[in-house]
Amino acid sequence: MDKNKNILLQYVLQLADNAMILGQRLGELCGHGPILEQDIAITNISLDLIGEARVLYSYAAEIEGNGKTEDDYPYKRDILDWKNILLVEQPNGHFGHTIVRQFMFDCYHYYHLTEMRNSSDIRLAEIAKKTIKEATYHLKYSSEWMIRLGDGTEESHAKMQEALSDLIRFFDEAFIPSKIEKEESLKGIAVDCERIRNRAWEKFRSVCEEATLKIPEVEYPQEGGKNGLHSEQLGFILADLQFLQRAYPNSNW
Amino acid sequence: MTEITSLEERFQAKIDADQRIEPRDWMPEKYRKTLIRQISQHAHSEIVGMLPEGNWITRAPSLRRKLGLIAKVQDEAGHGLYLYSAAETLGVERDELIDQLHIGKAKYSSIFNYPTLTWADIGAIGWLVDGAAIMNQVPLCRCSYGPYARAMVRVCKEESFHQRQGYEIMLTLCEGSPAQKAMAQDALNRWWWPALMMFGPNDAESTHSAQSMAWKIKRFSNDELRQRFVDMTKPQADYLGITIPDPDLKWDEEKQKHDFGEIDWDEFWKVVKGHGPCNKERLAARVKAHEEGQWVRDAAVAYANKKVNKISNNSQVA
Ligand SMILES: [Fe+2]
Ligand SMILES: [Fe+2]
Repeated sequence: MDKNKNILLQYVLQLADNAMILGQRLGELCGHGPILEQDIAITNISLDLIGEARVLYSYAAEIEGNGKTEDDYPYKRDILDWKNILLVEQPNGHFGHTIVRQFMFDCYHYYHLTEMRNSSDIRLAEIAKKTIKEATYHLKYSSEWMIRLGDGTEESHAKMQEALSDLIRFFDEAFIPSKIEKEESLKGIAVDCERIRNRAWEKFRSVCEEATLKIPEVEYPQEGGKNGLHSEQLGFILADLQFLQRAYPNSNW
Repeated sequence: MTEITSLEERFQAKIDADQRIEPRDWMPEKYRKTLIRQISQHAHSEIVGMLPEGNWITRAPSLRRKLGLIAKVQDEAGHGLYLYSAAETLGVERDELIDQLHIGKAKYSSIFNYPTLTWADIGAIGWLVDGAAIMNQVPLCRCSYGPYARAMVRVCKEESFHQRQGYEIMLTLCEGSPAQKAMAQDALNRWWWPALMMFGPNDAESTHSAQSMAWKIKRFSNDELRQRFVDMTKPQADYLGITIPDPDLKWDEEKQKHDFGEIDWDEFWKVVKGHGPCNKERLAARVKAHEEGQWVRDAAVAYANKKVNKISNNSQVA
């Protein structure tokens, strides 16, 4: 494959992997939510994200153009080939963790898609225009729950503060360019993730403030996922995700 | 004639004339109790029913299947929600009903106390379990109690979609490799009898039936519905090329219906009484979700109250 094409492919996969892994994580919660209505809402977000991943994986398959399908990427790549940020592979924890993780992702996702609508790659721009509607809703949903739980009871406040402390070190990775994102050939195609950092952080800060939550200092942000270096979590996620395709290779499902 | 009898007579006359009973209408206490029991059991079944299929969401074998399964399980949550709302029109709170489930007082459909072991179980559940549910529920769309009947109309539309999706999973497996086809056969072997049990005890044993028929909460007997289900499903199994695990199942030309073997009623009662393979696990999972969600629900209430106070304080200032 042509070098630039391969770079585009890697970029598209990085975006798809984020949506896929977070969608997969949220899917674990289906049937176990704290309130029936929130079970349904979380499941909706899971559906949206896996739907987004699917569109991106199909685009990846088109770029490769060698007969691969949307399923080849999520089901047949091993851990080092995955390029999602570490945040999305973190466990669901308690509902506070789920919400904080979601809110952090939504802060990134929303502004990322906002910019991606102007990508010179027409397909990516189209995908962004479509998915931003969903991402807007996700951000609204997670912001509301940040505030409700942060400013709810003493117990819920403590739980949210705990979740923030656990996860804050994963927030910045989304805004640190990966090797791929720095590629010259992606100029105008890829979103400059450093440029959206301020807006995302502004949103993050203002919601935390309304939620009466203190943002913990981060001495050492965790990164690596975007370049294929993951936490131990991802291997277990893939073991579930890929089980059937691995156990019964070359089957139709 | 006492006033109560005349009320009851008017009530029954309304039902006999196929008119709907609405929440504000007078109704006999036993009618109300029967409906609460039935609707809440039904709601609990939808919610507990999310668990056996939900545990395959992370392992679904393709993106298309994963999305289909998530959407299906989510639909079941929606069914639970409509049904709890329908029950609430009878003057009982959702929380109270859920507590009854959690302390083991309220029942739910026994079918969900069986484990989902392979991907084919997801196909078999859609095909057989949603199929049996449709058989039971389509007549409920004409149930005498308005809110229940209307909830059922929405539910049935989605159930028939679930059934097609399940059958399509089975068909794909049956057209696949020998290992996949064996998986499909094994799922049919394990789900067939529990699916037949979904229609409840034989008519002779059924305690609530006669009164429910007179009230038009029930339109057909357990055995009638079970027979229809067998008649509908046998040709579908033939088309898949897999065998229903009942040596006595055969077409009776004279009666124009299938004969079939006897259900293992010991197993039926064992599972109803809480000793099926997953009764403990299903209930434990529901209780765990509920207990772990307590702080979330408390916070939502506390926050909503704070908001209300803020608004009323502001309006006092103004
Ligand atoms: Fe349902
Ligand atoms: Fe269903």
